[in-house]
Amino acid sequence: MRRLEALEAIYPRLSDCVVVTIMGAVAAELQSLGHRPGFFYLQHAMGLASSMGLGIALSRPDVPVVVLDGDGSLLMNLGGLTTMARYRPPNLTHLVFDNESLLSVGGFPTATSTGSDLAGVAAAAGIPYSVRVHELPTLTAEFDAALDADELRSIVAKTEAHYEPPAATSGFVTDLGLLENRFQFQRHLASL
Amino acid sequence: MPVSVKNSQVVYDALKELGVGLISALPETWLVHLIRMADDDPDMILVRLAKEEEGVGVSMGAHLAGVKSAMLMQNHGFLASINGIVSGAQLFRIPLLMLISHRGHMGEADPWQTEGGMLTEHVLEALRIPFDHLDHPDTARHKIGEAQTLAHASDRPTALLLCRDLMWEAA
Repeated sequence: MRRLEALEAIYPRLSDCVVVTIMGAVAAELQSLGHRPGFFYLQHAMGLASSMGLGIALSRPDVPVVVLDGDGSLLMNLGGLTTMARYRPPNLTHLVFDNESLLSVGGFPTATSTGSDLAGVAAAAGIPYSVRVHELPTLTAEFDAALDADELRSIVAKTEAHYEPPAATSGFVTDLGLLENRFQFQRHLASL
Repeated sequence: MPVSVKNSQVVYDALKELGVGLISALPETWLVHLIRMADDDPDMILVRLAKEEEGVGVSMGAHLAGVKSAMLMQNHGFLASINGIVSGAQLFRIPLLMLISHRGHMGEADPWQTEGGMLTEHVLEALRIPFDHLDHPDTARHKIGEAQTLAHASDRPTALLLCRDLMWEAA
């Protein structure tokens, strides 16, 4: 499964949520499908997308929150899984794209390439429901179920280590300014 | 325990009065009463962290979601949070109100705290984070309010160093 295909498949439901993504390919690809004011791209601060999602979900329990994480980012903040599990906000869904690679910086393999199992780590951390998926139909079914469930869920989607810069994207840089995104996102949340 | 309950209450009451609705924390000796007060408060969202840098992300999310927050940490926790502060809160212009116990400074008897104590203010300066010292209960409320006001006006982090004279009392 390619990450872009996965994003396309879940995009219709993502657009009804508040979404926090990691930097790099995930941010560029989601923007290429159509930016929404409820999408925030955490360009840098690696590892903290899940912590941000937790902060939003706890502050606004009435809003569905999705974190689009990656194996490299999550490996930088494995302790954060235990914090998410501790408070387990039911309005939070944690989707991890695991391509076993630090793709944006040369494709060096991460520890998931040698057997570290992030869905297993999430389960052992106490996340109420975690699952690893390899195929697109399974991903969409699990993602829909996670959004409909009144429960924190982690979905680890195994994807190909593949990235082609979308049109209008230079490398990983899009024409959406970091601060433009940040203030728009804040206003959007205030309007909900 | 010689950590001051009375002065911890002064700090906690100030945070409440200033509308703080979420506190992230990682325990250390000087913070025990503050964390218990947050835990006992049904109107406070207390997020107990595994490592302090997570608290930067949690506070970023809380701010963008309209909730005022404060971070309780030791100065070594502040040192462990620097990348999140720089490439999260500062890059994205997020106000953080950081209450940092100033361990390892004058009067410190624990050898393992001393190296961080000597560095903390220099690192805050290097990061261009405005900071003040909370060293007396009579001025604590005022200083916390001013730090929060500046954080929100500048959309940047500010810090308050919780000093021994405030947090510790003779047994």
